Amino acid sequence: MLHIVNKSPFERNTLESCLRLATKGSAVLLTEDAVYAATTGSAAEGKIKAAMADLKIYALSPDLQARGMAGRVMDGVNLVDYGGFVDLVTEHSNCQSWL
Amino acid sequence: MKIGVLVSEGPYTHQASDSAYNFVKAALEKGHEIYRVFFYHDGVNNATRFTEPPRDDRNIVNRWSELGKQYNLDMVVCIAAAQRRGIMDENEAKRQGKSGDNIAEGFRISGLGQLVEAGIQCDRLVTFGD
Repeated sequence: MLHIVNKSPFERNTLESCLRLATKGSAVLLTEDAVYAATTGSAAEGKIKAAMADLKIYALSPDLQARGMAGRVMDGVNLVDYGGFVDLVTEHSNCQSWL
Repeated sequence: MKIGVLVSEGPYTHQASDSAYNFVKAALEKGHEIYRVFFYHDGVNNATRFTEPPRDDRNIVNRWSELGKQYNLDMVVCIAAAQRRGIMDENEAKRQGKSGDNIAEGFRISGLGQLVEAGIQCDRLVTFGD
């Protein structure tokens, strides 16, 4: 399953809900303001690092670039462009946007 | 693969409409079929041709219309959400006694059943919202 999160963890609790409920082996794609969760030095860093044990974490590269955060991506986060976003949707049997 | 897209945020709000557009474009360029783009809740505001953003800004509505034309997309606006927000096609304007319509090229107004049907027919349904 692919989980899509699009809000900053400092604005909403959707990332937290997603990480709590996503089952082992699932993928999480961070887009829009959620890409802040993929950066080093933020308060969400620990949560993402812990989640990496069970989940594959992706972040949308154009959204990181738009926010000037492309140089601060945590190790272990996989970067994708929109084409990669489409691939993630098709490669997983279903997807859930956490709104 | 057959993909359906749901857009539930208006243009120039946060980023959902932009994200949906970029996703749809990338999927089409990869050769996937976009079965339908369904505009719901504030997402119906993507379908008014009366938007006139500053010249140095992207025109989100025209961009949808152009992509729709290029790929013959089925872009459906929820009728109940549209009525609440003043999005009308010619028929609706006539039926409601309004002085004119404002739906942009390539969009059509229909019911929520179209979203349900897209969910059934598509291999994937991707939601973009707020």
